[in-house]
Amino acid sequence: MELYNIEKLLDKYFEATTTVAEEETLRAYFLKEDVAPHLEQHAPLFNYFTEAKEERFTKQVPLKPRKNYLKWVSVAAVAVFIVGFYFYPPVPTPVTLADEYTQEEIESAQEAFALLAMNFNKGTEQLYHLEEFEKTTNKFLIKK
Amino acid sequence: MVTNSFTKMKQTEFLHIVLPFKDKLFRMAKRLLVSTEEAEDATQEILIKLWLKKHKMETYTNVEAFAMTMTKNFCLDRLKSKQAGNLKLVHSNYTDSNTSLQNALEAKDSISWVERIMAELPEQQKMVLQLRDVEQYEYEEIEELLDMKPTAIRVTLSRARKTVREKLMEKHNYGIV
Repeated sequence: MELYNIEKLLDKYFEATTTVAEEETLRAYFLKEDVAPHLEQHAPLFNYFTEAKEERFTKQVPLKPRKNYLKWVSVAAVAVFIVGFYFYPPVPTPVTLADEYTQEEIESAQEAFALLAMNFNKGTEQLYHLEEFEKTTNKFLIKK
Repeated sequence: MVTNSFTKMKQTEFLHIVLPFKDKLFRMAKRLLVSTEEAEDATQEILIKLWLKKHKMETYTNVEAFAMTMTKNFCLDRLKSKQAGNLKLVHSNYTDSNTSLQNALEAKDSISWVERIMAELPEQQKMVLQLRDVEQYEYEEIEELLDMKPTAIRVTLSRARKTVREKLMEKHNYGIV
């Protein structure tokens, strides 16, 4: 009885007049072990359809919340800016030398600067001779 | 305020809507493009397109049908541009070597025969067979998706099923590919 039904459904199937439910009956029949020998050749067809429906899309989809992202970044940037302003000292308090260093340190530094200045002046005095030299060489060069 | 929360659909909500049919999109893409990588890329692209159109999603009565139609058009366009780019020769070469390799590996696996037989069908038959016999869509849905008349669908489907049966018999009887 069942076999007769399956044969009838197969005929209808190839004429494309079966319903989804009837096609489901065929699928279920061919998934079983005891398929009638003369119908066995149809088994790969229905079993393939069952198998093919199992294939899954496994790739991840990179979805970016584009507009929102930009908006929140700008909000964060403004927040950081404001917080920065709040904690930053508005006017740097003037610092005098006396606050930072002891009298001793200042004096030794001044001494060092004085020494440097003296030696520097010595050096520049020597440059005077160089000027004289230039004057005389210029005389020769201009005559050319 | 209600519409506002609707338009600002979250990623999880979107994935929840897409989840029931994303595999169907992929299988359709693979049926048409054959290569798994290409089908994955196509599906990814379709889902991103949908995501960018998400604010319009409530206006669609059937998101699945809409996505499926998008996939179909996308893949057919891709196939067309492939042919135009003279890539058909490369592609047929590729499938040739592929089938002979597969043939050697799975000579006795008659289920995979069906897949290869289906790959040789014309696009229209492939799509109808995929939608009906794999995804088990109703005829009304296929009409909408493929923009075909009911009689045309039945004729195409019957032809596709008979062709697959015939080729399957040939292989079954003679073992030729």
